Amino acid sequence: MSEKAERGTPGRVTATRAARRAIAALCAAHGGPVMFVQSGGCCDGSDPMCFEGGEFALGGGDLLVGVVDGCTFHMDADQYQALGRPFLVLDVEEGTPGGFSLAAGDGLHFVTRVEAPGNRTSRGADR
Amino acid sequence: MKYESPGRPGSPVDVAPRYENFIGGKWQAPTTDQYAVNLCPATAKPICEIPRSGAADIELALDAAHAAKDKWGEASTAERAAVLNKVADAIDAHREELAVAESWDNGKPVRETLAADIPLAADHFRYFAAAIRAEESEITEIDKNLIAYHFHEPLGVVGQIIPFNFPLLMAAWKLAPALAAGNASVIKPASPTPWSILKLMEVVGDLLPAGVLNVVNGPGAEIGKALATSRRIAKVAFTGETVTGRLIMQYAAENIIPVTLELGGKSPNIFFADVAAHDDDFLDKAVEGLVLYAFNKGEVCTCPSRALVQEDIYEEFMGRCLERIRAIKQGDPLDTDTMMGPQVSRQQIDKIASYVEIGLKEGAELLVGGHRPGIGGEFADGYFFEPTVLKGHNRMRVFQEEIFGPVLAVTTFKDEAEALEIANDTLYGLGAGVWSRDTSRTYRMGRAIKAGRVWTNCYHQYPAGAAFGGYKISGIGRETHKMMLEHYSQTKNLLVSYSDKPLGLF
Repeated sequence: MSEKAERGTPGRVTATRAARRAIAALCAAHGGPVMFVQSGGCCDGSDPMCFEGGEFALGGGDLLVGVVDGCTFHMDADQYQALGRPFLVLDVEEGTPGGFSLAAGDGLHFVTRVEAPGNRTSRGADR
Repeated sequence: MKYESPGRPGSPVDVAPRYENFIGGKWQAPTTDQYAVNLCPATAKPICEIPRSGAADIELALDAAHAAKDKWGEASTAERAAVLNKVADAIDAHREELAVAESWDNGKPVRETLAADIPLAADHFRYFAAAIRAEESEITEIDKNLIAYHFHEPLGVVGQIIPFNFPLLMAAWKLAPALAAGNASVIKPASPTPWSILKLMEVVGDLLPAGVLNVVNGPGAEIGKALATSRRIAKVAFTGETVTGRLIMQYAAENIIPVTLELGGKSPNIFFADVAAHDDDFLDKAVEGLVLYAFNKGEVCTCPSRALVQEDIYEEFMGRCLERIRAIKQGDPLDTDTMMGPQVSRQQIDKIASYVEIGLKEGAELLVGGHRPGIGGEFADGYFFEPTVLKGHNRMRVFQEEIFGPVLAVTTFKDEAEALEIANDTLYGLGAGVWSRDTSRTYRMGRAIKAGRVWTNCYHQYPAGAAFGGYKISGIGRETHKMMLEHYSQTKNLLVSYSDKPLGLF
């Protein structure tokens, strides 16, 4: 993991109970923590991709934006800025995971929701 | 006209209860013996069962491709071109069948698949059949007696991962240059749209030598990864989102193989005030140009999802556009009057709805749409979403993130400099549109926008012969042009001395 990714801005991600259950099941199945990387663009963009821990090679441009039950959540730094440094809620929904992402259980995939900008996510408020 | 649903009497499309993988010219059951139900987005009801393959099925497909690659690669370009032309003829001959299957699998309206997806797919095969015939090797005379010959050779077996938004056309974009250049391919279709390409295999499968083209369906985390990480592929091509794009590059780095990637966008569509200088066909074309964000229900990587309208004409121009948007007819994708079908999956409408909510919370103004329309009867459970327009500014999340749905974010600009600044203020650089009667201005803008394709006084045209691909994080490589042949070829250099004299060093 890069130095920048280690520093990051942890604490921007929370998880619903359903997401935490799915994470616990995945960690048990894979014998260790999984990792999340927020995607963007095209068909399955804006989905968080879930991989076995260490599967996705992080670079100097990636931020660690949260840790959920020992599983790290990463986001490209430019994307993080472009999206207004959001606070994210990790959840699960019905549907097929995009790309090479692990499923969040049978017929389920992970999603991220943004906390209401009225509270703290708008770029204006961050400035 | 309305086409009967696939599988019903009178439909041009037959549906089997269950499909298999297409490997080595044959239909083969998955080694997993598992199948997934493929849903129709218009009705949310099952179409058929599709293999839920595993890594072992990718190995079988790679076995078949490797067995076929040498003979296909050594076939003359005339022979390969003849096969590609036969594929194109077969696609044309089955245009209605494939168009209806594609609409039913993806949700896009049949008026689009009849007029665009299917004829364009055929045309891409013809284009690359012609391009490979016209390709020449190069010779450089280094000096009088030292000659460098440069031959194009196939890479061998390539892996190609197809997105859900244009299942057949994107397959054609990738297959036509790969096969023309003499490669064999293993294709993984997108999980939401696994079926129409199997209908294509029913039509063209016999025309290609066994093993040259193989299709394996299943989960990305298993078979997509197995294909992209395989040491038995010589190249991988992918269209999709950025994280999987990076992962594919990472796997390719491990095996030292090339990649081509097409990774989405947030394309600006810029309307200068002079479009409204006259009430004529050109203004009408520009209005349609803005409304094209709803083409294929916005599930297009180049969706013109950010409209930038010069402030002088904003009220008048948007008034006309909104009137046109309100007239968009949604419903049965197999009705040729339908302009917008359902989104591809339930998760897409959930995502779109959440983005509309995000936009409104950020302070954007809802000008039209924003909800799921009430479409009754057979389509009551379909994944429909209204064509939507949000007015706001470029720093809002709905202006920065690709929504992949029929949601337009519109804003205004004062002058050319501001239009350019807003246009380039995005992570992506796939497409852009510029509309003006002043061609000096369209040229300046076109050259200054950081995007691979700048449609000028048009949008959403995808002819073979015009290079397509991304700047910035939108990807690597240029499709739909003969330059793609280079991405599917090795260069063999024979450096030949015709001199009898030794170098004199030893």
